[in-house]
Amino acid sequence: MKFDRRRFIKRLLVAIASVEALFLIKGGITNKARLSEDKKLIRVGKSDSYEKNQVYPFLSHHFYLKRFEDGGFMALSIKCTHLGCVINHNTKTGGFNCPCHASQFSPKGEVISSPATRPLDYYPMTIKNGELYVDTSVVKRRKSFLKSQLTYV
Amino acid sequence: MFWYLSFFLEQFIMNTKHPAKRNYSSLEKFALHLHPKTIDERAVVFNRTFGLGGICALLFIILAITGMILRFSYIPTVEQAYDSIVNLNTHTIFGGFLRSLHHLSANLLVIASFLHLLRVYYSQAIFKKRAENWIYGLVLMFLVLASSFTGYLLPWDQLAYWAITIFTQIFEYIPLFGHSLANFIRSGETLNSNTLLNFYNLHTGVLPLLFVFFVGMHFWLVRKAGGVALPEVEETQKVPVIPNLLVKEVTVALLLLAGLFLAVVFYSAPLLDQANPNLSPNPSKAPWYFLGAQELLLHVHPAFSAVIIPGYLLLFFIAVPYLNYKNLNIGVWFNSPEGKKLVIHSAIFSFFFTFGLIYLLDHFLHFDVWLSSSPSWISIGIVPFLLYAIPVGAFLFYGFKKYKVHNTEMIMASTTVIMVSYLTMLLISLLLRGEGMLLIF
Ligand code: HEM
Ligand code: FES
Repeated sequence: MKFDRRRFIKRLLVAIASVEALFLIKGGITNKARLSEDKKLIRVGKSDSYEKNQVYPFLSHHFYLKRFEDGGFMALSIKCTHLGCVINHNTKTGGFNCPCHASQFSPKGEVISSPATRPLDYYPMTIKNGELYVDTSVVKRRKSFLKSQLTYV
Repeated sequence: MFWYLSFFLEQFIMNTKHPAKRNYSSLEKFALHLHPKTIDERAVVFNRTFGLGGICALLFIILAITGMILRFSYIPTVEQAYDSIVNLNTHTIFGGFLRSLHHLSANLLVIASFLHLLRVYYSQAIFKKRAENWIYGLVLMFLVLASSFTGYLLPWDQLAYWAITIFTQIFEYIPLFGHSLANFIRSGETLNSNTLLNFYNLHTGVLPLLFVFFVGMHFWLVRKAGGVALPEVEETQKVPVIPNLLVKEVTVALLLLAGLFLAVVFYSAPLLDQANPNLSPNPSKAPWYFLGAQELLLHVHPAFSAVIIPGYLLLFFIAVPYLNYKNLNIGVWFNSPEGKKLVIHSAIFSFFFTFGLIYLLDHFLHFDVWLSSSPSWISIGIVPFLLYAIPVGAFLFYGFKKYKVHNTEMIMASTTVIMVSYLTMLLISLLLRGEGMLLIF
């Protein structure tokens, strides 16, 4: 095929206009008020109100707050990494079970039993004036459990 | 609508007594906009098309009418959606009836468009000048699934909430952009009020509009190709569309309407408790037509089950009319008598083989444990894939030798194996999996 300058310019203009239109449409359809934006930093209170080796559910904020033996905290997402169901805390093992397709997770969130393939996600935590906060605006994915994922007072 | 159509049927049977003098009724005039005046008599025979395209079109009309009425009661907000449906069921006159009719027609449309796809494929009506219409057909199939899927969420009950959660979560397994794609569809990490508003707009605005456009193109292309595909013959016999084709179309339409109305007397669309984002039902299943994909994900590494296999299938279905065939027989069912036998054998083989393999994988073959030292894309990726592909390949090779067929029939046989495997997985997931998604036997 021979190179045709007029056709090339025409196509280029159409391509640019389409990209422009796509951005306009995307802006139009995503520009909705984010109602929950303001309360993404969840205050969970003083660290000494939590016992070691215990799990505290904050279901409406989508996490389980776990305090480990050594005093470290972790806010584990309640969302099963298989297909997104809400996991239950297993009081016998201290781990988590998924009701949907029977995945099992260890107390640290690692997979004990498939079909899930990835450890539970977690939310970063911060400490301000001796109080603990969980930042639910970012969810962290991980390949395995590391000590650095825990938060200490 | 039923009475309306049967009124026309009556009028039109009376009319046929004096073909020379009669006036066309409005239904007949409308029919002549869709059809030419005369068509090949073989195109009128019922088992040429089984009326499936027309059934899809009628179902779409029913969905549009019932949907338009439902819109007057439905409120697309997280707080009120569920209550508005309960209210519709209990307080609106014929509310439950309308909702059930809409629900049943939507599910039937998924089934009917898939059967129609099978019909055009196996009667070899998708090649040459019809190839373009196959692509339009695939777009329509996508629109049907997308409409059904977006509608699924609207009642905002436990069934809706978790089915949509599960399915959007499948996208997360796509590497690189999967997570952002899933978040884009849901407009967030979890389903929320924006998801509901988006789905509502797509379901009751954008998708129906696109549907009308693509159905229009689809019909036009059927006519442009000279009507439905028929085998080549020396001499063709033309017959007038009115009454020959029209009487059949109206009959099918009336039977469908009567059947639907009757069914809705005994059937009502499900409505569970209001959605609770903190409580997943056990088990949780995707919408039924996607269950084959969910089943696959249980057995095979996500790189295969969420990316490679669906991507490959999509490309295959787009390319299928354009492959290099040696012995096309356009309009001939299954290409040849051998082709027909091969397709039937492939379907039976694929059903039992898939069923058996899933049973074994569930109960006996635990490659993830046995091969835990090797990476998971080998132990639950390549290994189960080969376990499927090698016997299927051997079967197809055996069929090729036994029936001495050409590549057209072989491609047909492979397509059959794939489609039946999907259907088998779908049925297993739908009917044979109970709590914890475990097999019930
Ligand atoms: C759901 C919406 C659809 C509607 C309303 C529809 C309607 C129709 C109608 C009325 C015909 C005329 C012949 C017949 O009744 O079989 C037709 C033919 C055809 N359809 Fe569809 N269809 C739909 C979906 C599809 C799908 C999903 C495919 C395949 C991917 C497809 C591919 C074709 C092809 C290739 C023809 C030409 C067949 C021939 O010439 O014999 N259509 N369609
Ligand atoms: S969603 Fe948890 S196991 Fe499937």
